[in-house]
Amino acid sequence: MTKSELIARLAADNPHLYHRDVERIVTTIFDEITAALADGDRVELRGFGAFSVRERNARTGRNPRTGDSVSVDAKYIPYFKTGKQLRDRLNGKP
Amino acid sequence: MAGRTVTRAQLSEAVYQEVGFSRSESTELLESILKHISNALAQGELVKISSFGTFSVRQKGQRVGRNPKTGQEVPILPRRVLVFRPSQVLKSRINTKRHPKAAV
Repeated sequence: MTKSELIARLAADNPHLYHRDVERIVTTIFDEITAALADGDRVELRGFGAFSVRERNARTGRNPRTGDSVSVDAKYIPYFKTGKQLRDRLNGKP
Repeated sequence: MAGRTVTRAQLSEAVYQEVGFSRSESTELLESILKHISNALAQGELVKISSFGTFSVRQKGQRVGRNPKTGQEVPILPRRVLVFRPSQVLKSRINTKRHPKAAV
């Protein structure tokens, strides 16, 4: 399912809404999550999962093709931890 | 890090503010989005949100684990896990905004 398919499924559930508005809602939500993470905040959606930002230390990596060592700067990465309810659902538990 | 936790309340508030739906309708729509994503994943579908990231379901085989407290071996049963791969856009957004340590 892509973002546009998600929008189409939501629009089908909500025939009273304009397609354009459904699109704006989906975009707003993902933009809001992105903005929160960019601020270093955590986004917790009980039952679904939580997005957070984790720190990765600087390290010396290798160019896999040439074997040269290259320094990789410290960075932040977005991390998602699946919520309990969703994790159970994926495994066929009620 | 600001270290705050954003929840459903703030996300539906954003929908209310930006798109102009009522608060209750915004809350319902957010719930509906999460439901559609969860349903797709439960069906084993890949969920790809452009410029945000991709959620996929991966099958894990059985392996032997150990209770870290007692050292006792316990089998970890085969299971399905969810994997989130952030998009390049999301990764770069997170590294370009006021993280004190990233600036060094």
